[in-house]
Amino acid sequence: MTRNSIVFDNVSYNFGKKEIFKNLSFEVPAGQTVGIMGPSGTGKTTLLRLMGGQIQPDNGTILVEGKDINKIKRAELFELRKCLGMLFQSGALFSDLTVFENVAFPLKEHTRLNGEMIRYLVLIKLNSVGLRGAAHLFPRELSGGMQRRVALARAMALDPKLIMYDEPFTGLDPIALGVISNLIKDVGSVYECTNVIVSHDIEETARISNLLYVLSEGEIIGQGSPQDLKKDDSPRLKQFLNGLPDGPVPFHYPAPEYLDSLIGVKNTKRTIIKRDD
Amino acid sequence: MLIHALRRIGRFGFEMLSSMGRALRLLSSALIRRPDHRNIPLIIGQIYQLGVLSILIIVCSGFAIGAVLALQGYTQLVRVGSESALGLGVALVLVMEIGPVVSALLFAGRAGSAVTAEIGLMKATEQLASMEMIGVDPISRIIAPRFWGGFIVLPLLALMFSVVGIWAGSLVAVDWLGVYSGSFWSVMEQGVDFFDHVMKGIIKSIVFGFVVIWISLYQGYDSLPTSEGLSKATTNTVVFSSVWILVLDFFLTLMMFEL
Amino acid sequence: MQSLKIEVLVGVFLLLSLLCLGFLAVKVSGFSLGKSNDRYLLYSHFEQVGGLTVRSKVAISGVEIGQVLAIEYDQETMNAKVTLEIDSSISSIPSDSTASILTEGLLGSKYISISLGAEDQTLSGGDEIFDTQSAVILEELIGKFLIEQF
Ligand SMILES: Nc1ncnc2c1ncn2[C@@H]1O[C@H](COP(=O)(O)OP(=O)(O)OP(=O)(O)O)[C@@H](O)[C@H]1O
Ligand SMILES: [Mg+2]
Repeated sequence: MTRNSIVFDNVSYNFGKKEIFKNLSFEVPAGQTVGIMGPSGTGKTTLLRLMGGQIQPDNGTILVEGKDINKIKRAELFELRKCLGMLFQSGALFSDLTVFENVAFPLKEHTRLNGEMIRYLVLIKLNSVGLRGAAHLFPRELSGGMQRRVALARAMALDPKLIMYDEPFTGLDPIALGVISNLIKDVGSVYECTNVIVSHDIEETARISNLLYVLSEGEIIGQGSPQDLKKDDSPRLKQFLNGLPDGPVPFHYPAPEYLDSLIGVKNTKRTIIKRDD
Repeated sequence: MLIHALRRIGRFGFEMLSSMGRALRLLSSALIRRPDHRNIPLIIGQIYQLGVLSILIIVCSGFAIGAVLALQGYTQLVRVGSESALGLGVALVLVMEIGPVVSALLFAGRAGSAVTAEIGLMKATEQLASMEMIGVDPISRIIAPRFWGGFIVLPLLALMFSVVGIWAGSLVAVDWLGVYSGSFWSVMEQGVDFFDHVMKGIIKSIVFGFVVIWISLYQGYDSLPTSEGLSKATTNTVVFSSVWILVLDFFLTLMMFEL
Repeated sequence: MQSLKIEVLVGVFLLLSLLCLGFLAVKVSGFSLGKSNDRYLLYSHFEQVGGLTVRSKVAISGVEIGQVLAIEYDQETMNAKVTLEIDSSISSIPSDSTASILTEGLLGSKYISISLGAEDQTLSGGDEIFDTQSAVILEELIGKFLIEQF
């Protein structure tokens, strides 16, 4: 039996009245690169925040590296996070530290390495995302794509066992895209690190993942290796993978009928309800 | 209509209680954190941000208020021929009342709002969340140093305020209006007692520093991650701090001077 | 480099505020350490202390030499007993000196003035000044004046 890095068991989560996940169960096997795909707004970022213990599910348990992330003590949670890496969708760099200091931050906090060693490691990480020359700049002096590459270098700084990437491929030019996706793949295969990639870039995610989950409306609508998924002919999966706007997967956020809301039918609806009671 | 109003009051009360609970939790978790040797440079940095950078505004305001007090006091006292008590009046008012209160109000406007905006923006741009995910607790790395910095700094600023005010008062009274300098200083020295007056003023400013920095940190940490939420949080910091300073001043005076 | 500058400025700031505290203590409130150590106590009884308070000054020829430490009612002598705290550098107060309660200015605060006597023997810690002049109460004075007039 393979060891699992992450286990979701019957997890439900709501934002107020909006249901994001309902009885969601899946596993991320250790040492694998797992892609989680789904249309925008299905809750992929929310899923990563659940994995990192930043928000608590309403129901169900989440095991990360064998530990129930919502039951352990705060100190233990922070201990566990030292061997996790997370790339935020927005980058979330520390705006008053330079690029160098941003990447050095986890190293300074969690290791006893001396300044020279830290410098050495930071420059290696920055070089791998192609930004060694930008080490002295502040995040505000970088483009969006560059910021995300720095954030990637920071997430990898401690060589964690498990890295979660929120949309690692957006905002990258084709060359950077190739370099970054190879970097993620190498981290997985060479360092035996578990990668969880959340993305809607089907091509790129499928290329480097061993296992894919497709998420829609709080449920997993397809899972398996990239080859398996291509063969699967469930209509919802087909629509998402082929990028068709019309089909069972909603492209729109839940809303009243388009024409109705344009001509203001909502009001008449309300009067009808009133008349009813 | 009535039901509606009652419901709103109820909701307001509940909201207030729960936000007070969250503020208490933030404070206690910031204080409970095991002191960390790495925090000392951070506290020094905050003393710089909150204290050194506030010196200018404190000195200017202290000077202006001291000068005005001397001028106003002189016009009243000279009528009963007791202008020698001017130094005493200026010193007492500054040390016990105006020094702690006005410097706390200025501190809330200058440093408190800055702390709120900084933390609110860190929250809005997910910097706090990413720090958490790196395994560093933002409460001990971001909140605690600011708390200690602000707590240390305000009493010191209040001392400066009073001293500059007294000096300005002496400039106006002695050098300009011609009050005899010997009596200006000696009557002050006799009437002001270190433990009865100076210490009580210091205790006041310690309490104010605690409250202002707590409100500022809580408003930033609890702000909504939007531009509107941030602007509301900074406004709240200044408004709540000011009201609390004035209300607490009344009760502290009542308690300490045993009226 | 940057952090050095900050540390230096913070150091200056702390030093400055310490100086301010010193200024408030010494120059504004006349606080001096070890005040009570080098002082000695004298006693005297007054018929009337009206307006004299603890910490009022004690002076010789108008120069402050100590302060009033306590004022209490003495049941034996049936008048006010005042404890004076005198600076120990003032060691030669003749034993027949007079202590009187005077007013600084017309409406100023009350203080004790010691007029020196002529004896060779001087007062030391715990002694009493027997010759005293009580406080003048303005209202009584005015009252007397009015009665004499009519
Ligand atoms: N703080 C919040 N309060 C209420 N609803 C929220 C909140 N955050 C997210 N949501 C809702 O939760 C759903 C999932 O959001 P999430 O950010 O996880 O989507 P996502 O899958 O990451 O989308 P994208 O691919 O565009 O990043 C969205 O429909 C959003 O409206
Ligand atoms: Mg997202």
